[in-house]
Amino acid sequence: MRVVLLSLLSIIFTSFCSFAQNTDQVEMADGLRASGMIYVVVAVIAVIILGMLIFLFGMDKRISKIEKSVSNKN
Amino acid sequence: MQKNWWKILASVLILYSVIAGFLFEVPRLPILHESIRNLYFHVPMWFTMIVLYLISVIYSIKYLSSGDEKHDLIAVEMVNTGIVFGFLGLVTGMIWANFTWGSPWPNDPKLNSAAIATLMYMAYIVLRGSMDEEQKRAKISAVYNVFAFPVMLVLLFILPRMTDSLHPGNGGNPGFNSYDLDSQMRLVFYPAVIGWILIGVWIANMRYRTRLIEINS
Repeated sequence: MRVVLLSLLSIIFTSFCSFAQNTDQVEMADGLRASGMIYVVVAVIAVIILGMLIFLFGMDKRISKIEKSVSNKN
Repeated sequence: MQKNWWKILASVLILYSVIAGFLFEVPRLPILHESIRNLYFHVPMWFTMIVLYLISVIYSIKYLSSGDEKHDLIAVEMVNTGIVFGFLGLVTGMIWANFTWGSPWPNDPKLNSAAIATLMYMAYIVLRGSMDEEQKRAKISAVYNVFAFPVMLVLLFILPRMTDSLHPGNGGNPGFNSYDLDSQMRLVFYPAVIGWILIGVWIANMRYRTRLIEINS
């Protein structure tokens, strides 16, 4: 019985150890940001967002224009 | 231009959130890894949806007391835009869940409630489409909206908290407070939320103005 208990405990503790190691070495994209090309991706997304925002501003302007012409007619 | 300052503010905040969201340091957590950055993009979708629905219910109440057709139009367009943001929230959440929880739809109470809430607002649109008489349509849908809003809040924020849920902020799971121990994430998260809310209101506002033109011409 005692042997079983001890071996169970040792299994549990070793699993704790392996968990601790895992959290120590969480994979992150450090290398990418340091020397890789993450800035390229940021630039691409910034261009997409900027383009959509300019599109929104254009739509807004067009609606204002139509609003004006409609109110002039009435 | 003075009237448009908040549109420029929204643009600046969103651009900032995209750039800082990719480049700033984030806490190192197992399972999440870099996907923790989704917080800056997935969560603001839901916040925007809730704010748009809130504006909608305010204008529905206003319509019920004033009977002004314009209030009804604002309420509809806020819901129309809110549903789009709700769907964006659902889809981005499914992608995130697929890679962190192992399945796009793990039948979690938070996910199911979010789906029901979205369906409820789609029912609002169907309800409006089913009536031709304008005043009747506006009145009945305004009453529906007044009931739908609190139910949506209960579905999203109360029911999932009463059981276990994988989603942060529910069932004993802490909210995003546990992620941003260094509070660096708040520097990106709050501007992102404000920026997306402003963008949502802006789109809804443009839809409302086109509706007005349609009616006037």
